[in-house]
Amino acid sequence: MRSLRNTSKQVRLLWRSMSGFTRISVSVLFLILLILLVGPSFSPYNYSAPIGDVWEGISWQHPLGTDVLGRDMLTRIMKGGRLTVALAFLATSLGFLLGTFFGFLSALVGRWVDVLLSRIVEIIMAFPSLILALIVLALLDVSKGILVVIIAVLDSTRVYRLSRSLAQDIVVMPYVETARLRGEKLGWLMRREVLPNVLPPMLAEFGLRFGFAILFLSALSFLGLGIQPPEADWGSMVKENALSLPVALVPAAAIALTTICVNIIVDWLLARAARVRSAAPEV
Amino acid sequence: MAVVRLLATRVFWGIVCLWIISVLIFSATELLPGDLASVVFGQAKTPEAVEALRKELGLDRPPQERYLEWLAAAARFDFGRSLATQRPISQLIGKRLQRTLLLALTTACMAVPLALLVGMLCTLWRDSTFDRAVNTAAVVVISPPEFFTGYFLAFFFAVKLGWFPAVMLTTPSMSFAEVVHAIFLPCVTLLFACFGHMMRLTRAALISVLEDPYIETARLKGLSSRRILLVHALPNAIAPIANVIVINLAYLVVGVIVVETVFNYPGLGKLMVDSISSRDIPVIQACSLIFATTYIVLNLTADLISLLANPKLRHAVAA
Repeated sequence: MRSLRNTSKQVRLLWRSMSGFTRISVSVLFLILLILLVGPSFSPYNYSAPIGDVWEGISWQHPLGTDVLGRDMLTRIMKGGRLTVALAFLATSLGFLLGTFFGFLSALVGRWVDVLLSRIVEIIMAFPSLILALIVLALLDVSKGILVVIIAVLDSTRVYRLSRSLAQDIVVMPYVETARLRGEKLGWLMRREVLPNVLPPMLAEFGLRFGFAILFLSALSFLGLGIQPPEADWGSMVKENALSLPVALVPAAAIALTTICVNIIVDWLLARAARVRSAAPEV
Repeated sequence: MAVVRLLATRVFWGIVCLWIISVLIFSATELLPGDLASVVFGQAKTPEAVEALRKELGLDRPPQERYLEWLAAAARFDFGRSLATQRPISQLIGKRLQRTLLLALTTACMAVPLALLVGMLCTLWRDSTFDRAVNTAAVVVISPPEFFTGYFLAFFFAVKLGWFPAVMLTTPSMSFAEVVHAIFLPCVTLLFACFGHMMRLTRAALISVLEDPYIETARLKGLSSRRILLVHALPNAIAPIANVIVINLAYLVVGVIVVETVFNYPGLGKLMVDSISSRDIPVIQACSLIFATTYIVLNLTADLISLLANPKLRHAVAA
C-alpha cells in the first residue's frame, strides 16, 4: 500500500517537472499506444479484406477512408502500428542489450578487448547505416527477424559508445574497486555496480534510439525492403498508397506524430539528465 | 610533429575503412552467384547458360584476382554492365550523380547560412521565447520521416496550390532559377531533415564557448553581447560548427535516397532503390560504393577540420 502511494507521488512529481509540451507528448504517446493495443479488437473490419471502393473518402463507416485495395484505413493503421511499434521496440531492446553489454565489457576489462571492440564499432559507424541495411537486405530474403537484427546491430554501435564512456567514469570509483577485490564476477559488476549508476542518461538514449528505430524501419518499408505484403506496417502503407497523396499522408502522419512525441519526451529526459549531472559537483 | 602523426593516423584509418567497405561490397556478388543467374535468365535457367554467364562475368577465376580487377576498374569509374539493361553502368550513373549532387548542394547552400544565423540568434537571445520556440520547432521538424515531410509539402504546394511542380524534371536548357524552382520541394524536404540538427549544434557550440572565462572578461569590459558573440565567441566556435556542417553534408548525401524516391527524382538514390528491387547487383555495388566513399571522405574531412582547428585536441594527444 505504502509503496503504491510512493509511486503515485513520484509520478505526480515527475508530471509537475514537465513543461506543457512534454505533458501533451506523454499523453498523446500514451493514447497512441492504448489505441494500438486495444483498438483492433473493437474494429468491425478485417484488416486484409477489401470492404469498399478504392480510396473512399472519410465517412462514418470508415473514419479514415479506405486504402489502395479498398480496405478500412483505420483498422490497417492500428494493425500496422502494432507491427511498427513492436518491431522497433524489439530492435531497440536487442540493440541496447548488445551495446550495453559490450560497452560495459570494454570499460571493465579494458586493454585489448576495449581496443578491438572500439575498432569494430568505429568501422561499422563509418558506413552510412541506410546503405549498409540496403545492401544486406538486397542480398538476403527479407524477414522480420533480419529487420530486427539489422536495426539492433546498427543501433548497438551508438549504445556501445555511450555506455562505454559512461561506464568508464564509474569503473574507477572506489566501490567498484572494492567489489573487484571482494572477488565479484564480471556479470555482477555490470549489473550491480555499473548499471544502476548510468540509468538516467541511458533511458534518454533508449527513447532516442526507439524513435530512430521507428524511422529506420519505416524508411526501409517505404523503400520496399522492409515489411512485405500481405503484412503491413506504417512505412509500407505509405508506399502502397503513394499514388493518392492525402491517403498516403495518413500512415505517414501516424509515424510523424509518434516520433515527434517520442523526441519531445527524449528532449525532456536529456535536459533532466544534464541537470542532474551539472548539479552533482556542487553538492 | 604530433599533429602530423595524428592526421596521418586518421587518414590511414579512413583508407582502412574504405578498403573494408570495398571488400564488403565486392563480396556481395560472391554470396549469390546462383541468384545472379536467376535474375538474368529467370525461368529459362539451364546449367549450361549459368556456366556461360559465370565465364562471362569471370566467376571461374579466384576471387582475390577479380577483386583487384574490379577495384582498379571502379577507380577509373568503370563498373561493368548493368544486368537489367546491359548498358555500361558508368553511363547510367554519370547524369544521375550530377542530379543528386545538385540536389544535395542546393540544399546545403540554403541550410548552412540559415542554420548559422538562427543558431546565433538563439544564442544571442538565449532562453527567450524565441529561443524556446525555435528549439521546440526544431524537434518537431526533424522528428518525422522524410517521406512525411515530402508528401506533405507536395500535397499542399504542388497539388493544392500548384506553386511548384510535383514531378522534378530538369533539362539542360533551363536557367538556374528554373532549375531551383523545379527542385525546390525536394530541397526543402532535405532542409527540414538537417536544419534542426545543424541549428541546435551551432547553438550548443556557441553556448559552450560563451561559458569560457575570457568571455566573462569581455563582458566585464562592457562590450555589447553582439560584439562578444561575433568577435570573441564565433572564431573559437568555428571548429565544432564546421564539423557539424560537414557531418550534415554526409547525412544529405545518404538522405537523398528516400527523398528522391518520394519525388521520383531520377538521381543516384532512386537508381539504387530501383536496382535493389530488380536485384541488379553490379549497379547496387556501384551506387553503394559511391555513397559510402562520399560519406567516409566527408566524415574524415570533419575529423581533420576539428583536429586542425582545435588546439586543445592537438595538445591533448601530444601530451
